[in-house]
Amino acid sequence: MLLYDKDNKKEFEKRLFFSIVFAIVAFVIILSRLWHLQILQGKKFKSLSENNRIRIVKIPAPRGIIFDRKGRVLVENYPSFDLSIIPEDVNGLERTIKELSGLLNVKAELFEAKLKESQGNPPFKPIKVKTNLDYREVAIVETNKLDLPGITIEIEPKRLYIFGKLAAHLIGYMGKISESQLKTRVSSGYNMVDLIGKYGIEHDYEPVLRGSNGGAQVEVDAVGRKVRVLRELEPTPGENIFLTVELDIQKLAEKALSDMIGTVIVMDPNTGDILALASSPSFNPNMFSPGISSKDWEALVTNPYNPLANKAIQGQYPPGSVYKIITAIAGLEEKVITPETIFYCDGSYRFGRRPYRCWQKKGHGRVNLHRALVESCDVYFYQVGQRLGVDRIAYYSSLFGLGKPTSISRTNEKRGLIPTRLWKLETLKSPWRESETLSTAIGQGFVLVTPLQILNLISSIANGGVLYRPQIVKKIGSPGGNIIKEFFPEKMKKIHVADNSINLIKDALWGVVNERLGTGWRARIEGANVAGKTGTAQVVGLPTGVDELKKFVPFEHRDHAWFAAFAPKDRPKMAIVVLLEHGGHGGNKAAQIAGDIIKGALKILNDDDSSF
Amino acid sequence: MKFDRRLVLNFDWFLLFITILIATIGVVNIYSATFAVKEPDGMPVYLKQICWILVGIFAMFLSFCVDYRLLERSAYPLFVVAVLLLILVIPFGKSVAGSRRWLQLGVFSLQPSEFLKIALIFILSKYFNKYHGYSPGAIRGFLVPFLILALPVILVLLQPDLGTALIIILIFLSLLLFNGIKIKNILIMSSVFLAGLPLFWHCLKNYQKMRILTFINPDLDPLGSGYHIIQSKIAIGSGAFWGKGFLKGTQSQLLFLPEQHTDFVFSVFAEEWGFVGALIVVFLYLLVVLWGLRIAAHSREDFCAFLTFGIASMFFWQIFINIGMSVGIIPVVGVPLPLMSYGGSSTISFLLGIGILINISTRRFLF
Repeated sequence: MLLYDKDNKKEFEKRLFFSIVFAIVAFVIILSRLWHLQILQGKKFKSLSENNRIRIVKIPAPRGIIFDRKGRVLVENYPSFDLSIIPEDVNGLERTIKELSGLLNVKAELFEAKLKESQGNPPFKPIKVKTNLDYREVAIVETNKLDLPGITIEIEPKRLYIFGKLAAHLIGYMGKISESQLKTRVSSGYNMVDLIGKYGIEHDYEPVLRGSNGGAQVEVDAVGRKVRVLRELEPTPGENIFLTVELDIQKLAEKALSDMIGTVIVMDPNTGDILALASSPSFNPNMFSPGISSKDWEALVTNPYNPLANKAIQGQYPPGSVYKIITAIAGLEEKVITPETIFYCDGSYRFGRRPYRCWQKKGHGRVNLHRALVESCDVYFYQVGQRLGVDRIAYYSSLFGLGKPTSISRTNEKRGLIPTRLWKLETLKSPWRESETLSTAIGQGFVLVTPLQILNLISSIANGGVLYRPQIVKKIGSPGGNIIKEFFPEKMKKIHVADNSINLIKDALWGVVNERLGTGWRARIEGANVAGKTGTAQVVGLPTGVDELKKFVPFEHRDHAWFAAFAPKDRPKMAIVVLLEHGGHGGNKAAQIAGDIIKGALKILNDDDSSF
Repeated sequence: MKFDRRLVLNFDWFLLFITILIATIGVVNIYSATFAVKEPDGMPVYLKQICWILVGIFAMFLSFCVDYRLLERSAYPLFVVAVLLLILVIPFGKSVAGSRRWLQLGVFSLQPSEFLKIALIFILSKYFNKYHGYSPGAIRGFLVPFLILALPVILVLLQPDLGTALIIILIFLSLLLFNGIKIKNILIMSSVFLAGLPLFWHCLKNYQKMRILTFINPDLDPLGSGYHIIQSKIAIGSGAFWGKGFLKGTQSQLLFLPEQHTDFVFSVFAEEWGFVGALIVVFLYLLVVLWGLRIAAHSREDFCAFLTFGIASMFFWQIFINIGMSVGIIPVVGVPLPLMSYGGSSTISFLLGIGILINISTRRFLF
């Protein structure tokens, strides 16, 4: 107890006394500081406060540049001149707006609407009233600046997609930040007027590309003109991205697709690098940055062929005959057939109470595995499928990565669907029927894949059974030109399938393109040794005999056409997949497009190799 | 509790009067600070503040009525409740501008860290009352109190709320020194602290490091706190001797000041009422602190001495840090100015503290 303890009481009083002195000294320090600010420097601060002389000027950071794999610029920034009004400095807002609308030939209502939007802002905050002024307009504003205090031209870097629609689905676009995005990003320095990557690389690599804005404290005079800069924070430019895409091959792919509906993807089967990815119809990302008009947006959203979807990863289609590669490998591995096994095809296969047709109505006669693949005989694969059962086919599909997303991007990638007995029981609540195994074996029925998954399949055949993760970003570079991060090929897995089976398939795929009755003869290129597989995915079941009357079938009922290929056969440099929505038979249009691209792409790749 | 006439006779009217005076100045000033802000919801901020003051006065009355010996006995449970509330903030807290500090309770939200300060003062007073500074060894002398402190500080830093964490640590250190501590122990403590710093620094994310560096040197962030400081100095300085007058502060009426009804409320006041007004307010605050110390000096029991000293130190540090930040002699840190800043929890906890001071100064004559 303090009171009954002399020594302690003394100590205690000493400490209390010290505390009192400490408190008084602290308050005296504050008072002297107030004296210093308010009495000694009062005049200076008064004049600074009179027109709120100290303002903040934002210095926007240039966004990172996007290059192709060889460092050719695909996306850069250009300076955009924006006109802003600072209400605080304006000498009569009405008059200023009237003058401006007269000078620039813009309706005054437009300006007023912009001002209304930002009514709650402090009056010294610049309000953008017109963006992207051309040089003539900039000159007009600059010459009249003295008579119109409170208007300024701000220079802001804007995004420029040099090649417009080229690789738009891969690169993506920017747009105004949304309410919900802003909520989670306030702490990382975003504000209401910022643009943010909304799609593709621009979205997935937003934090890398963005950089951070700088700014300056600027002292201004009574009419808002800059007197001097007090403190400045340099902006940090965003980091640059090098894609795996090869610009010339991308151009080839886009040209070959032209105005058809579908997608083309080209990959290096030895690394998983995507060399080109085109999806058609496409869109022009330049439309989004300045704020897309509702008319344009409407046109994009209501277009039945969905230009905003990346068909390479978001389109799900039955694989058709391309799937026979899986059925064949499953048959060999599970030893239900040998390469010498012969089935007889007379144009259809009876199962249960109905015939299952082959596309070749005349029939193929006696076929072994090689010929069955080359001529894409359905009857042969019905029987292989029947011997395998659906679950074994599904197992080999998943070995090759079908039915799973490749996680190539954070954009909504679809999984596809590989049917099994269990799946049907769980989702459709009905037991699997054996006849359904037959359609599964030739890639019809429930099976769904994305074009990228088929590309993965064909690449892993090309490289002898390695599944690489598809990559679209090769490296990230600093604004100064150093490499910050490099992405190396990532082996997802080595597929455990006998080399012999893979080689058999390779030979057969070469036959598809290069032998007399091969379905993919249109992709034949002299000396290039193309190997591939055609596929036709049914959209609606057509009555017999309609084939020749294709022209009478409405466009949206026509089959999708597939062609998946790699070249050259023995030391593949590229793998490609072409999917044309409603393109009819895979053997026709799709194989031809693929042939054209392979021809051009191999030339580019060979030139690269010889230049080393 | 049976009523005792002496409670009225010896009531500390002086402290109550000063408190009401500051609260009134606070409301008038909040009226001005929010005058130009368009509030979307119905009730103006200054009216809300009046409601908080009324609730706070009720709380003050409660804490005055309860015998402080009962308070001493409930120190541990009080502390546990306060810490639990802090833990609840982590999953259920309402996130405002990137930090979770509030628990939403129906209409109003509660800031547990404000009440934690009082709970901490209680528990430390009780502990120090048991173990005086020189008698126990290092473990009981400061290691245990140090552990008592660590948990809430970590919880508050997680929110993150640098300002409150700083205040809690300063209250702790004040009480520790007041209790008496060997020089050797001070040295041990500082060396442990310094050794732990690099480790702590290493655990931080980049943006947190940047925050702390900016906190120490606002010039690193000329667009954020560096700008706030300069605008606050302009506001205060331009008030000059007599001030610009009520509702005439250009800086505040044009919304140049950040957080002008909470953290930077003093700048609004000094701009409109000048050096004269600022002098009066600073003097009133000094009176409250000194009065608290006086009550500590006159207490008849150690526990009361610790308790009142703790509360006085809490007032002192909040006032000194908030005003020091506004005038630019202390880095920018979010600490409310008691009874001047708008805020329910801080107003109530301040008035609770006043209630305890009055309680002890009145009851001194009862025993």
